[in-house]
Amino acid sequence: MLAEAHVAILLTGALVGVAAAPLGLFLVLRGTAMLTDAVSHSIVLGIVIVWLLTGATSGPVQMLGAALAGVATVAVTGALQRSGLVRSDAAIGLAFPALFAAGVLLINLNARDVHLDVDSVLLGEIGFVWLDTMRIAGVEVPVSVVTLAVVAVINMAFVAAFWKELTLGSFDPALAAALGLAPGLLHQGLLVLTSVTAVASFDAVGAILFIAFAIVPSATALFLTDRPARALGLAVIVAGLAAGVGQWLAFRLDVSIGGMMAVTAGGLFVMALGLAPRRGVLARLMRRRAEAADQQARTLVAHLFTHEHGPEAATECSGAALSDHLRWPPDVAARVVLHGLDRGLIERHGEVLALTGKGRAVAQAIFDPLGHGQSGGAPGSISASSAKAP
Amino acid sequence: MTPGLDHTLGIVALGAAVLGATGGMLGSFAVLRRQSLLGDVLAHAALPGLCLGWLVAGRSVVPLMTGALLAGGLAALSVLAVGRFTRLKPDAALGIVLSVFFAAGVVMLSHVQAVGGAGAAGLSAFLFGQAAAMLQADLVAMAVVGGGAAVLVALFWKEIAAVCFDAPYARALGLPVGAIEALLTLLMAMAIVVGLQMVGVVLMTAMLIAPAVAARVWVSRLAPMVGLAAVFGVVAGVGGAVLSAGARGLATGPVVVLIATGIATVSLLLAPGRGVVWRLVRNRRLAARLEGLRVLDTLRAVAQAHGDPDYPAQTGMIAAAHGLPVDRQLRQLQAEGLVAAVCHPPEAAQHWVLTPEGRARLAMVGEKA
Repeated sequence: MLAEAHVAILLTGALVGVAAAPLGLFLVLRGTAMLTDAVSHSIVLGIVIVWLLTGATSGPVQMLGAALAGVATVAVTGALQRSGLVRSDAAIGLAFPALFAAGVLLINLNARDVHLDVDSVLLGEIGFVWLDTMRIAGVEVPVSVVTLAVVAVINMAFVAAFWKELTLGSFDPALAAALGLAPGLLHQGLLVLTSVTAVASFDAVGAILFIAFAIVPSATALFLTDRPARALGLAVIVAGLAAGVGQWLAFRLDVSIGGMMAVTAGGLFVMALGLAPRRGVLARLMRRRAEAADQQARTLVAHLFTHEHGPEAATECSGAALSDHLRWPPDVAARVVLHGLDRGLIERHGEVLALTGKGRAVAQAIFDPLGHGQSGGAPGSISASSAKAP
Repeated sequence: MTPGLDHTLGIVALGAAVLGATGGMLGSFAVLRRQSLLGDVLAHAALPGLCLGWLVAGRSVVPLMTGALLAGGLAALSVLAVGRFTRLKPDAALGIVLSVFFAAGVVMLSHVQAVGGAGAAGLSAFLFGQAAAMLQADLVAMAVVGGGAAVLVALFWKEIAAVCFDAPYARALGLPVGAIEALLTLLMAMAIVVGLQMVGVVLMTAMLIAPAVAARVWVSRLAPMVGLAAVFGVVAGVGGAVLSAGARGLATGPVVVLIATGIATVSLLLAPGRGVVWRLVRNRRLAARLEGLRVLDTLRAVAQAHGDPDYPAQTGMIAAAHGLPVDRQLRQLQAEGLVAAVCHPPEAAQHWVLTPEGRARLAMVGEKA
């Protein structure tokens, strides 16, 4: 049943995301997410060289080759930066296209062998993962699923073992270094594991889509929560959801499965951005509107309170005065009055607006926030009470 | 060589030259503003735009370029939006936009290939570029976009320079910094559009970064840097186009990129003044000079300890006082005329005294210190 095409594809897609989530989490936190881009491009060279030397397109030797290529990228980038001639962004941008280009060229030159071709390097072919199976305890299991599961366990074990060090290293590298927690070494470890994960994911999603699987679920999770542990759980859920929904969409629309999974992950990110309960764009917009409405209602009760027993009460406490004196356009004034009526702050006596008991209490709180003025005092008492204050 | 092949090669070489010049020129600003990776993002993000252009109008250069430009603009806005609405590091915004836009391109590519049949095969050539498939119309469009970018750079040169080097100062001067940054991003997208045919979306970033990084180590002023980067870009582009045209099965993009990176590597190593090898040699020379001065000072101290400024000290005695072997330094100092070898009659070993020049040199260094 595990070897069935649909299940194998779904499991592979989800496992790519799950395996990469713990690494992506810390790379995003540290602000080195684009190193995933560099590493996943440059392992192509490692894969091609190992393939030329041994003929293997997967397996432990490939993992080793890729890990070395990943380490080489990071080392070259670091050396370029330390030379002081090239800044970090340009160092990344200089190193990996060259390694990637060399890999593509080597594939080109050996194009007679159809085992590796440029399109699959770039895009992977998750649709075929179920063709390559192995037997474990009498069950046919796709090789990619087994490999990715092993890698996922290794990655999870790594971050679990160094959770404290990785967290501190992400938030305060200087303190981590001062405490002897070797944040640099751990970061290298993260990148080595990223290379290994990229190789394991390679057949399925290719070099570039891997970046989406590695970064997007973690970034989504980190947008939704501030706690790394919770973010890891959320990232795993987002990765699984992206794989499932993406696969379904891809089958319905008859398009690239890996691509659709990555697009779905992006869609989930955008949804989180828009709809998240507190930080989402929509929630913030609504909060801002609610705050604006609240502020206008407070202005209204303050205005009525100031004039309610004054000589001009009849003209000031009317809908027209709101437009004239508070410079609210008529539609705004009408909305504020309705809002005040809804909240029971004011009531309407013919043309005149009057404060309710609740509205008067709100106004008193505005003019006398500390509550030591005379109750129901005229607005003049504010200056008196503030003058009395030490 | 048939005339047809000559014609093709001519178009390809010209196109490569336009690409190299545009990429080098506009990449300089990206590198100076630490926006190199934005170029990578815009290049990858061009893929869905290309597919859209293809879906609308097939293989026709203007819709393809327009689509790529629009997608690049949308990607740049998306990066800004993610940065604005989240607290994620800018790096994460770049990675998200790059990978999701590219994934959208992959999805559209698979759709185009499913509905378009054989005719759509050419679209995947945009991944790594395919110079051989370039038409005269493509060349004209590339030249127009590249030329337009050059005109814009010339028109706003002063403003661009101010924003590249000191954006807060530019803002204080009252320059519309936001608009100029938008212009620079647009220019980057234009450079990428020019390179799609030749280098492809995946590797285009190298054509922005490598020539600019190479040029930066040779010169220290903006105008020469931009010019030199354009020259390096042209060399890499034309060289790569000609090489890949000569050998069967070599994709143009990777060859061009490797040549550009090669130029950058050689520059970083050898450029006079800033190059790595150059600095290494200079440091060694300085270290040797300093060591010579220290030996000179030891010789003076030995002579002073004997109450005679012209006291002839034996090599071994100087070495003992100095704590390190001194033969090489003494010979070097002798060649410079700062010490003189003398004979001290009863003994056969070599002895040394300070020359007046040596004393003058020591006095000079001492005053400086």
